[in-house]
Amino acid sequence: MSSIGTGYDLSVTTFSPDGRVFQIEYAAKAVDNSGTVVGIKCKDGIVIGVEKLIASKMMLPGSNRRIHSVHRHSGMGVAGLAADGRQIVARAKSEAHNYESTYGEPIPIKELADRVASYVHLCTLYWWLRPFGSGVILGGYDRDGPQLYMVEPSGVSYRYFGAAIGKGRQAAKTEIEKLKLSEMTCRQGVIEVAKIIYGVHDEAKDKTFELEMSWVCDESNRQHQKVPEALLEEAKAAAKAALEEMDAD
Amino acid sequence: MDRDATADVNAPHSMGTTIIGVTYNGGVILGADSRTSTGLYVANRASDKITQLTDNVYICRSGSAADSQIVSDYVRYFLHQHTIQLGQPATVKVAANLVRLLSYNNKNMLQTGIIVGGWDKYEGGKIYGIPLGGTILEQPFAIGGSGSSYLYGFFDQAWKEGMTKDEAEQLVVKAVSLAIARDGASGGVVRTVTINSEGVTRNFYPGDTLPLWHDEVEAHDSLLDILNASNPEPMST
Repeated sequence: MSSIGTGYDLSVTTFSPDGRVFQIEYAAKAVDNSGTVVGIKCKDGIVIGVEKLIASKMMLPGSNRRIHSVHRHSGMGVAGLAADGRQIVARAKSEAHNYESTYGEPIPIKELADRVASYVHLCTLYWWLRPFGSGVILGGYDRDGPQLYMVEPSGVSYRYFGAAIGKGRQAAKTEIEKLKLSEMTCRQGVIEVAKIIYGVHDEAKDKTFELEMSWVCDESNRQHQKVPEALLEEAKAAAKAALEEMDAD
Repeated sequence: MDRDATADVNAPHSMGTTIIGVTYNGGVILGADSRTSTGLYVANRASDKITQLTDNVYICRSGSAADSQIVSDYVRYFLHQHTIQLGQPATVKVAANLVRLLSYNNKNMLQTGIIVGGWDKYEGGKIYGIPLGGTILEQPFAIGGSGSSYLYGFFDQAWKEGMTKDEAEQLVVKAVSLAIARDGASGGVVRTVTINSEGVTRNFYPGDTLPLWHDEVEAHDSLLDILNASNPEPMST
């Protein structure tokens, strides 16, 4: 499936003879090798969940956040190189702030996604920059309702009702497709996302992980926030129970 | 106060003006007089002070004619680009905010009072008043210009929430006409623009169709015409 682009992969401003830009594809590999990030659009909001692989037992739980608030009404889960993801989040926050200062209303999610995508794409156009080694799942709730976008290192951005990036994305996408999202509330969605993340985590290959989740929905007053402690625990418990059920088969 | 009575024809064009914006059940109505003066000379007695920014947002301009035109040109330009980027019509709030930013950030150089009014699918009909310093205030109705001084008491009494389109139109025309009667810097015709979900409608009320108020006299024939008539009466009743 993957090929080495010998000779044509030294610069992001070089095309290969079959029309590929290898540097961008390599950047995408960085995202593919990171912990899974899942986002779903329920009928009343968005839920984002991250499989945060813990590098060291000495890290405090809750540190190294992978989900960031961009504005009151939106947030991003990042996958791939953490530092690169940091920059994307910073840019998104800046764009959201500038838009509101100029136009007097919170930035529409579509516009925010466009601006983030343009910025990521920008960094694939010059030889003296490298592409971002991270992708983001952006979820927000504006006047047109809840919306979910995914931005990849190439700079493409599409709108989704369910999206996943990282190691377990294939399995996660299969699970998401089974859900009836248009009938689900975010409360139920949180449980489902937890189950998916626990389900795709590979105990054998990977270290332990911490589940990080956020939502923006009617229940959270259309503000992006961490999923409340009680609900998070409920979700984790349900996910572990579902795993045992699967193992028991 | 009595400077050279020979009018200041080279003075900057100022719109003495009466401008009004009201919301009603379903949209907004903007109204204005039509007098542009340079000093004591009426440079334009039929000006159109209600200017279009987008398909769904219009503004009433008062103060310096040049300043308000420039501000409206810039905002029209920015809104156009914004609409293209957004892929849908701009909201009234965004239009008003852009006007406010220009008014506020250039307050030392500009002298304009603007009323922004329009209809969008999220908020319906909205009116925003942006007076001299660049404050922005969303209001159920707004009045501005030199003639508005005479209308504060009138609106206190006559305004009510949730009027029909016709009630609101009559209120606006009556108000502008009252201000014209008392304010020397306002006059001419009354123009109105109605904006709602169905679109935009312009109306025009010539000066002689407006009601006469206290002490205003009806138009009389000239004494010379009476002398030439067959039966010269000293004065008609």
